[in-house]
Amino acid sequence: MSTQLALAGNPNCGKTALFNALTGGRQKVGNYPGVTVEKKEGTRVAPNGEVIRILDLPGTYSLDAKTPDEEIARDVLLGRVESVERPDIILAVADATALERNLGLVLELKALDRPMVLALNMMDLARARGAEIDLDILSRELGVPVIPTVAVKGEGVDSLIERALKLARVPDVDTPEWVTPTPDDVRNRFHQVDAILKKAVRIAARPLVWSEKIDRVVVHPVWGSLILLVVLAVVFQAIFTWATIPSDLIKDGVEGFGTKVGGWLSEGPLRSLLVDGVIKGVGSVLVFMPQILILFFFILMLEDSGYMARAAFLMDRVMGKVGLHGRAFIPLLSSVACAIPGIMATRTIENKRDRLTTILVAPLMTCSARLPVYALLIAAFFPNTPVFGPLRAQGLVMFGLYLAGIVATLVMAWVFKHTLLKGAKPPLLMELPSYKMPAWRNVLYGIRDRAWVVIARAGTVILTITILLWFLASYPKAPIGATEPPINYSYAGRMGHTIEPLIKPLGFDWRIGIAFVPAFAAREVMVSALATVYAVEGKDENSTTEALSEILRKNWTMATALSLMVYFILSMQCLSTLAVTRRETNSWRWPAFMLFYMTTLAYTASFVTYHAAIWAGLG
Amino acid sequence: MRTKLGELEKGMTGVIVKTDGPIEIRRRLLEMGFLEGSSVELVHVAPFGGDPIAVRIRGSLLALRRSEANFIEVDQVKAPAGESK
Repeated sequence: MSTQLALAGNPNCGKTALFNALTGGRQKVGNYPGVTVEKKEGTRVAPNGEVIRILDLPGTYSLDAKTPDEEIARDVLLGRVESVERPDIILAVADATALERNLGLVLELKALDRPMVLALNMMDLARARGAEIDLDILSRELGVPVIPTVAVKGEGVDSLIERALKLARVPDVDTPEWVTPTPDDVRNRFHQVDAILKKAVRIAARPLVWSEKIDRVVVHPVWGSLILLVVLAVVFQAIFTWATIPSDLIKDGVEGFGTKVGGWLSEGPLRSLLVDGVIKGVGSVLVFMPQILILFFFILMLEDSGYMARAAFLMDRVMGKVGLHGRAFIPLLSSVACAIPGIMATRTIENKRDRLTTILVAPLMTCSARLPVYALLIAAFFPNTPVFGPLRAQGLVMFGLYLAGIVATLVMAWVFKHTLLKGAKPPLLMELPSYKMPAWRNVLYGIRDRAWVVIARAGTVILTITILLWFLASYPKAPIGATEPPINYSYAGRMGHTIEPLIKPLGFDWRIGIAFVPAFAAREVMVSALATVYAVEGKDENSTTEALSEILRKNWTMATALSLMVYFILSMQCLSTLAVTRRETNSWRWPAFMLFYMTTLAYTASFVTYHAAIWAGLG
Repeated sequence: MRTKLGELEKGMTGVIVKTDGPIEIRRRLLEMGFLEGSSVELVHVAPFGGDPIAVRIRGSLLALRRSEANFIEVDQVKAPAGESK
């Protein structure tokens, strides 16, 4: 087998930037067997032509692991992970501007007694801050070769590899069982660090003045909160405005492609399957890609610049009120665009219970797929009368629906943290790294990896289910001389009738029941499904929605509309979210539970809403 | 003056005298650099009640809650400017 290198280091030491510089994008992202820890692997061609494999281990402050990520980092280094070869050479990475802390892990890695090179990263920043480090003394004292690097600029990368490959290989003998260090072991380790630094560092890096100045404003209790609000406003404005153009393009493209494919084929089941099933189904996922990618762009920029940790710091108290970690704030906020990136962003939450709670409640935040449904119902049932100043009734109802989603999220988080996922509040010990310009490579590769997850995982499941739903909505065919729309005769139609007794108490008839069948895969499909059920035909989307509003106003009571709104706030009608939850929790149990609790919650709340509305005379 | 890190106010500096607490937390605090003899400065406090706090220690800026910070005993070396205690 070819040589295997593993990058190990503290979080925020530039390890991923170094990995990107080393592999130049020849990377593969997967999962470690049996856990949801991301496995990042890449290759590089060495000067002698050998293809070496490089593994980017999760960042960790010590080998005494507290999270699954840290556990993997340790176990890979110890050769304990099934199907992962023990690395031949350890590439330790340390932030040259924070050696006092970074060298603690380096000493721990050294004690593993494997071939090792230390990359002293961010050397440019350290020098700019006046640091004078004697690399020879440092290397001698540590007992490992030390190579200065500037990962974001690719400096020192060649010499690092060259030096690493020169190391003598040691056979992979069984190392003695790794023992958890005692607090005194940790103390001794850092005393050793201090002794080494005393010899090797003539002048330590000055504090980064501009970063501290920024922080005086950015984490200021008042200004910091205001800035956070502005940042969020900008991000969401961008998601909802920038994304419309590519989303519309994709939508038109998919429709155009569907029409084209439809033109090639003759009328029949194959055409229907491809056009109405496959292309429409895949299109329904693709339409959300611009939003998801723009959101990830911002998340990665904020993360890479160092701002994200500040946001978590500012929000920790508020999130703590419902038992969540400050870091849960960003995933929940991302869920306003779409729960999929939100759930994927929970990976930064160390504590397993906290992470699970955040995953479970994330789909309660009002995602953009609910918007078309809300827009339809609001247009149909609420007049757009001015209420106060620029505020209008329709806008207020929309705001209320968003607010209801937030309240539901926080309440359920509190409930889960006090029942099912009860546990001691994990400590918050979080580094606020110095600000830096985001590295374009980190951001770009990050977006690419996440886009791939959405397309590959959610895409395959969505595709399968949409084909199934297409079948249910298309067969059996309507009898000759049928008076109603064909869908009413299909399996979906029958299902609508079958579940009618079940949904009648919520004020929903069989027509809504039919629309529920395809809307189970994706909420926004509800609008087109209702249009199909009521046989509404329009030239384009806008005229269809308008005509549909008209019909709903005539056919439904206000109580039914309110009940349906409440149902959409709370229910789980998104296969992609279930698929991502399955991936992120590595079990079917949690998506199943998510589906169960959200459906129960939605059913109960809709029931109460419907009957309260009837009681209030809105029936 | 001997006090706890969690009881410092913004701008105060101290030298760590003892890092204590349940073993898991103690080890974690030590790994992050809360080492006896290191000096520590409380630089930021969060909104809504001044908790969590951010401290400068061993060249890094670390955020932690006051409840955990109270496992760390410090000798306070300087009161914030314009304040006397």
